[in-house]
Amino acid sequence: MKTVFDRTKALTPAAMHYCPGCTHGIVHRLVGEVLEELDILDKSTMVAPVGCSTFIYDYIDCDAQQAAHGRAPAVATGIKRVHPDSVVFTYQGDGDLASIGTAEIVHAAMRGEKITVIFVNNAIYGMTGGQMAPTTLEGQKASTAPLGRDKFQHGLPIRMSEMLATLDSATFIERVSVHDPAHIRKAKSAIKKAFKNQITGVGFSMVEVLSTCPTNWKMTPIESLGWLKDNMIPYYPLGNIRSPKEVE
Amino acid sequence: MARDLMKGNEAIGAAAIKAGCRYFFGYPITPQSELPEYMSRELPKVGGVFLQAESEVAAINMVYGAAGAGARVMTSSSSPGISLKMEGISYIAGAELPCLIVNIVRGGPGLGGIQPAQSDYFQATKGGGHGDYRLIVLAPNSIQEMCDLVMDGFDIADQYRNPVMILGDGILGQMMEAVELKKPKKRELPPKDWATTGIKDKYGKKRLISSLFIQPEDLEKHNLKLQMKYEKIKKNETKFESVYADDADIVLTAYGTTSRIVSNAIKALKKEGIKAGMIRPITLWPFPYEAYEKAADSAKAFLTVEMSLGQMIEDVKLGVNGKKPVHFYGRTGGMLPDQTEIVEKVKKILGGEI
Ligand SMILES: Cc1ncc(C[n+]2csc(CCOP(=O)(O)OP(=O)(O)O)c2C)c(N)n1
Repeated sequence: MKTVFDRTKALTPAAMHYCPGCTHGIVHRLVGEVLEELDILDKSTMVAPVGCSTFIYDYIDCDAQQAAHGRAPAVATGIKRVHPDSVVFTYQGDGDLASIGTAEIVHAAMRGEKITVIFVNNAIYGMTGGQMAPTTLEGQKASTAPLGRDKFQHGLPIRMSEMLATLDSATFIERVSVHDPAHIRKAKSAIKKAFKNQITGVGFSMVEVLSTCPTNWKMTPIESLGWLKDNMIPYYPLGNIRSPKEVE
Repeated sequence: MARDLMKGNEAIGAAAIKAGCRYFFGYPITPQSELPEYMSRELPKVGGVFLQAESEVAAINMVYGAAGAGARVMTSSSSPGISLKMEGISYIAGAELPCLIVNIVRGGPGLGGIQPAQSDYFQATKGGGHGDYRLIVLAPNSIQEMCDLVMDGFDIADQYRNPVMILGDGILGQMMEAVELKKPKKRELPPKDWATTGIKDKYGKKRLISSLFIQPEDLEKHNLKLQMKYEKIKKNETKFESVYADDADIVLTAYGTTSRIVSNAIKALKKEGIKAGMIRPITLWPFPYEAYEKAADSAKAFLTVEMSLGQMIEDVKLGVNGKKPVHFYGRTGGMLPDQTEIVEKVKKILGGEI
């Protein structure tokens, strides 16, 4: 029998703990496939965040360090400076990267650390039960914004990719989405380039992945995909913001 | 061996490099900035990395990453910066990573001042960060001893997979003394086969550095394992100096710079025929409680002298265990204990006036 699809060897056989319809699993798979295809699984260390994806080290089969909430880019900096020939990446949610860890991500980008950052933006705090994130959209309800995000009280959501792209050392920045198969393919291509950007020694790279959280959005998985497309993409435009010639 | 005249902060750097430390992550703060400055000059010469982080929070997390990746690594700061490092220190202790943290203490609380103090004793020895963890705290009283403890400190950290803190003060950081960089006593250091190098180990197994144990049964097991390690450290590493403490009428306790002032006070008292001695803890955690067992029977009273308003005195009281009165004299805010005031205080205590 011909095998047409198989689990990448970068993923362990463990059953993931994510809620039905959560797209963290898709992003894990994309990262895993890229690690396998670039043949870097056996030279990679990942830094796990605090958030729903804390247990990513149970699913991706490479060395890992668990970081404090928001500090993954600093931890990755320490690892990469010790093993400059290895591949180091962080995987962070929007509470982790865009709120408590803003200083760490901005300065890792400013220093041009040769690390890759996978930034999963689901516009909410998933793990702690649906509190407002800095990326929560205007009007979007959250357990700490029961009437919806109010621009006069909370300000308007932060666009991390655009903000980091103002830093000249942030050499590869792209925003992608995983709400349908065509976009998932594009997301994978961006993740691959982001890792190439590190391997070729160009510098810092980040892929922002728009993602769903059906449980805390209080929607079905299908509704969530539609909501992402109709509401998140208009505010968080997809596309490459910066890419050096080395990875194209 | 040749001895070099060195400023305390720079001597720490020289000792660290000699001990094989190749990674330094820090953030400027007075009165320790000469140390990162020294490392920024000297580490690249030996193929090492100096990185000025965006904050102490980031610096200690870089230390976490580098230590987890198997490196000999350190950071340094002074009181307000150490407060920021406490989150990372708890994670480092939880994940059992070896590293050296230097605190050149200045007066607090808050922004406080920039003059020497010993008011971070509680923070260093009783927690500071969250959770059931212990930091090994070494308190030198000269530049030479500081170099010795820095060099041994890296080995202690590696031997027990535990963070080690050098607790100095602004005077030790700023003053100059002659030093000789001597190799510490040899220790059996376990291989760092747990370090994340990115390359799987020879059995093809991946490694994980983490302090997360989501099941309470697992976390309790982990904490009990840490506790067993701490007991071993208490047994093996407790260190103190005893000066005439066995047949003194009054035993003073002081550490670091303060112990030198107390030494002079004891000499002055001796000239007047007053039998005073001193117990000088060199490890603040583990604290040398056993040093007080005999002295608590033979001495009439105890006096603790600190550059704070009384922090170590709580441990001295635990050591004396209620057998004799424990008095206190301290200065705070960057002011130094005064030798004549110590002498006066001792006379008043022995004269029954207090
Ligand atoms: C210092 C600290 N503050 C708060 C928390 C609690 N906490 C855990 S996960 C989380 C939010 C995570 O949200 P996000 O980064 O968006 O990831 P998601 O769970 O949505 O994937 C918070 C606030 C913590 N663990 N540590």
